[in-house]
Amino acid sequence: MRRSAAILALMFAGLAHADETRSFASRPDLPRASVASGYTFLTRETQLLQDDPFANPGYLWVDRGARSFTESIGTASCRSCHAADGERALVGVSARYPKIDSSTGALVNLERRINICRTRYQGLEPLPYESDLLLALTTYVAQLSRGQPYEVVIDGAAAPYFARGRDYFFTRRGQLNLACNQCHDDNFGKMLRGDRLTQGHPTAFPGYRLEWQTLGSLHRRIRDCDAGVRAEPRALGSEIYVALELYLAWRAGELPIESPGVRR
Amino acid sequence: MSDAHGIRIAAPNRASAGEVIEIKAMIQHEMETGYRRDQFGRQIPRFILERFECLYNGKPVFRAELFPAIAANPFLNFFIRATESGTLDFRWTDQDGHTFSERVTLEVV
Amino acid sequence: MNETDALTRRRLLTVAGAALVTAAAWPVRVFAEPADVEASIKAMFSQREIREGRVTVELPPISENGYSVPLSVAVESPMTETDYVVRIAVFAEKNPLPDVARFELGPSAGIAHVRTRIRLGDSQRIRAVAEMNDGSLWTGHAFTVVTLAACVL
Repeated sequence: MRRSAAILALMFAGLAHADETRSFASRPDLPRASVASGYTFLTRETQLLQDDPFANPGYLWVDRGARSFTESIGTASCRSCHAADGERALVGVSARYPKIDSSTGALVNLERRINICRTRYQGLEPLPYESDLLLALTTYVAQLSRGQPYEVVIDGAAAPYFARGRDYFFTRRGQLNLACNQCHDDNFGKMLRGDRLTQGHPTAFPGYRLEWQTLGSLHRRIRDCDAGVRAEPRALGSEIYVALELYLAWRAGELPIESPGVRR
Repeated sequence: MSDAHGIRIAAPNRASAGEVIEIKAMIQHEMETGYRRDQFGRQIPRFILERFECLYNGKPVFRAELFPAIAANPFLNFFIRATESGTLDFRWTDQDGHTFSERVTLEVV
Repeated sequence: MNETDALTRRRLLTVAGAALVTAAAWPVRVFAEPADVEASIKAMFSQREIREGRVTVELPPISENGYSVPLSVAVESPMTETDYVVRIAVFAEKNPLPDVARFELGPSAGIAHVRTRIRLGDSQRIRAVAEMNDGSLWTGHAFTVVTLAACVL
């Protein structure tokens, strides 16, 4: 009963725009230690599941990605270009995404970058977003950055995208009229039905979500968030979600990438 | 082995004779229960893996019959006693009789 | 609304205008009544006596998500050629189908301990029945609470 009252209060509280300086990510007075991964909100059993590469189902996609990486398809295999240290060549690379693509000037995430490689260098068709092979390749590359924090650039050409992503995070939406920050900045740690609200970091993705019974992308997870507040979800791979991805990567601070993570 | 049913096995490469070793076997499979409905309200038909066997030099040492209650991307963790060097075959069979398998070698000293 | 109903039953919440999130199905909606575990056990083991003990079933007290609940079943047995576990049958009291899995072991298994992940549609008790090579039957059980996801998505 108290929970519903809290949600109602959030919905009707105030008419002004949410104050972005209340985000813990931009308040220097909040201890950095308050930034916590969704991992810390999991039960011990699920944490162990994420930690064991032979129990974590996400590694099935890493395996598939690794196989595909070395396959000669199209005009060249991924490995033939990224061959500096064999498959270690892409270690740390996914931590710098989303980033500006130098030839188009657009902000691209890892999924888009993989498709750029396929079309531009391999003579192949781009893979549909959320297709099994694209998930496998993305998870494989992301897993090579496991344990490292994001190192994204938010100024220069990326600045307008960062601003759009940040604004999305602080804008109320949906029938429940909630903005991301209201749950994930202001109320993390509190219970929402049977779940504990997390800070909403992207570090586990692409990751295995128990609710999906499969591995999925960050955009799929964000669509679930939007649908959760009964807002119209945006398209997978949409520019606004890539912009939001940039904001979330910056907001995650020093949190390590956990992909393939496991979440509920 | 098709890409659609990736398999991941954790098993030691070597063991001493008589040692009990731990095996983890996981396969990619949606394990559709048959109890869900799609967005149009139609029942999604059951499609699951029904059987799992671990064969040690051709002899079954662990078997499982799987029902829809087994979670998607089925995971099995069990033990076997190492006796002689040879191969461990892991085989899953779906409800249509299709099989998916993986083999690892075991050296017993 | 009864809070227990809300927490322990997976229900489809439709909100006018809510867009479909993915191409996949809605959350699990158990539309069949829980079947009879006792009947299932009798079908497997007829009227033979089943004694409590030797079988340890482990489940988390609260499941993170009903779609993937870690289950452990262990049976006390020396697993020798003359004293071993033949098979273990696992049952879920409140799933539409009570059978969860059947494991066939034998002396080559070394240790009678199996772990897997199961799906549960409701808070419930899981029972395991182990058959020994001498024909004796033993059983153990555990209970877990299964809750709704936060945003029901």
